Amino acid sequence: MAEIRLQNLAHSYSAQPSGAEDYAIREMTHVWEQGGAYALLGPSGCGKSTLLNIISGLLSPSEGQVLFDMREVNDLSPQERNIAQVFQFPVVYDTMTVFDNLAFPLRNQGLAESRVTSKVHEIAEVLDLHPLLHRKARNLTADEKQKVSMGRGLVRDDVSAILFDEPLTVIDPHLKWKLRRKLKQIHEQFNITMVYVTHDQLEASTFADKIAVMYGGQIVQFGTPRELFERPKHTFVGFFIGSPGMNLIEVSPYAGGVCFGQTRVPLAPALCQRIAELGGQSLKLGIRPEFVHVSDEPFVDALRGEVRHVEDLGTYKILTLELDGVTLKARLQEDLPVPHKVAYIGFPSQWLMVYADDVLVEVRP
Amino acid sequence: MNKVINNKAWWLVLPVFLLVAFSAILPMMTVVNYSVQDIFDASTRTFVGVEWYQQVLQNERLHDSLLRQFIFSACVLLIEIPLGIAIALCMPTKGRWASACLIVMAIPLLIPWNVIGTIWQIFGRADIGLLGWTLSELGISYNYAANTMDAWVTVLVMDVWHWTSLVALLCYSGLRAIPDVYYQAARIDRASAWAVFRHIQLPKMKSVLLIAVMLRFMDSFMIYTEPFVLTGGGPGNATTFLSQTLTKMAVGQFDLGPAAAFSLVYFLIILLVSWAFYTAMTHNDQQR
Repeated sequence: MAEIRLQNLAHSYSAQPSGAEDYAIREMTHVWEQGGAYALLGPSGCGKSTLLNIISGLLSPSEGQVLFDMREVNDLSPQERNIAQVFQFPVVYDTMTVFDNLAFPLRNQGLAESRVTSKVHEIAEVLDLHPLLHRKARNLTADEKQKVSMGRGLVRDDVSAILFDEPLTVIDPHLKWKLRRKLKQIHEQFNITMVYVTHDQLEASTFADKIAVMYGGQIVQFGTPRELFERPKHTFVGFFIGSPGMNLIEVSPYAGGVCFGQTRVPLAPALCQRIAELGGQSLKLGIRPEFVHVSDEPFVDALRGEVRHVEDLGTYKILTLELDGVTLKARLQEDLPVPHKVAYIGFPSQWLMVYADDVLVEVRP
Repeated sequence: MNKVINNKAWWLVLPVFLLVAFSAILPMMTVVNYSVQDIFDASTRTFVGVEWYQQVLQNERLHDSLLRQFIFSACVLLIEIPLGIAIALCMPTKGRWASACLIVMAIPLLIPWNVIGTIWQIFGRADIGLLGWTLSELGISYNYAANTMDAWVTVLVMDVWHWTSLVALLCYSGLRAIPDVYYQAARIDRASAWAVFRHIQLPKMKSVLLIAVMLRFMDSFMIYTEPFVLTGGGPGNATTFLSQTLTKMAVGQFDLGPAAAFSLVYFLIILLVSWAFYTAMTHNDQQR
């Protein structure tokens, strides 16, 4: 069990990286605290797996340090780091039985056979592998194999951390949910640091206490699911988290707010001042579809838009609106009246975010 | 519903059937024909039943060469399979060296059998051969033409030199097909190098090893050219293997009846042993 600290870490697969594009991981400093359940969320190819392999020691970073409890482990092998990792596709030892597969990491550690047996039974219980224990691993189905793979990661309880690299990709949806619950339980029971790589936001938010969103080789935001939802620090987080993603409108500043087309959106003076300080960067206005206020009747300061499309998703509806040449999405609870043709739109100021060069503009308190 | 029974599609098999008939079935039936009759010329023949079979099964000379043959094939497999696996494990996996190794490994496979025999025949001579000369200078007595053991070892070394590459290349292809993630998982699980070999590499190489074992068994069991070129089967009968005995019988003594009977027995032995290897090596797959 350990705190994992990444200090000025960067990694490039090419020997002589010439620019930022050559880096799979751009310079970052990040701390995974002892005993946390974390998710590493991001699209395919953003460097998630690379980062995971650097933590586990399968890959050596080209720059920076990996520290376990403040001890540098850059040159230590995965064995010496004492880490467990579960991979995207199941890896089982074909010739062994399920029992021997689960016992394998323990036996390699030189654990007494009686301890091995009790640990294996304990983990088989958790993963419902009991009926399969004496079968050959070769003849299992894909999800049974993946459970065995996961079991081998979970069976050692003295590890520094357990890393999961999209472990549920090959698993049936209903089983997925069950296994995620199991992982959560195991985490609560053993209090081991767990890092869970995924590109599925639902998976990330049900498993993790805190989520790191990765984009283009960098962690663009690290926070609770609620923080990621309510205050995305990067337009990518706004776009990637939530369904549908955040509305992002290109705007230009004017005294007292921002505008697009003929529409003016007033902002708090402090925020306006901050935007003015930043100068001529590309500005975007962001608001979650959940927070767009839509009504079929005019109200004070309402903007007049047209309804283009209504999508009924059962418990809520998604409205596609056009406002001054800009397309907006709004999420409407089912009990609210749906405007026809003309909608009156409001942007509650506490949910309005302004992004300069894709990064959230924040007012210093 | 009326189902129309139409078996005309069977006619499509006809070309293949004819081809196989002319290339395999007819020649084989000729042999069967000879093995149950005593044929002098086109019009003089008598049916002899299993007489030829009885005769060859009691032939001492054939017993001896059969025994030699089994020992030789066993030696070939016991040396070439482990050596081939070891070489495959040591070969570089990528880059220029990998290509260079592959080419070097493939060279012996391209050399014809009788050339191999001639190479080693000259190589082993004490007067003009590098190997023979070096050994005699070192004070080791080595003469494949006179000493049974020397002749045996020379034929064996020749075969190992010629065919270990095949095993190595097959194993190499098997090893390259193992995804990296298996090795990564093994590192995470703290598997020893032996455990990686035993539980990852060997099981994944199994199908290519099966092919390697079968090919090497069949080939070595039919060895003819190399000992024939080296010593003509000598000294004495020390390196006279089955196919040479058979050739002597058929072409040298013109005993076509017994030779045909023995050919079929020879064929059945190879079939039986290959089946045994196959069954033994795939036996575990059926286990639950």
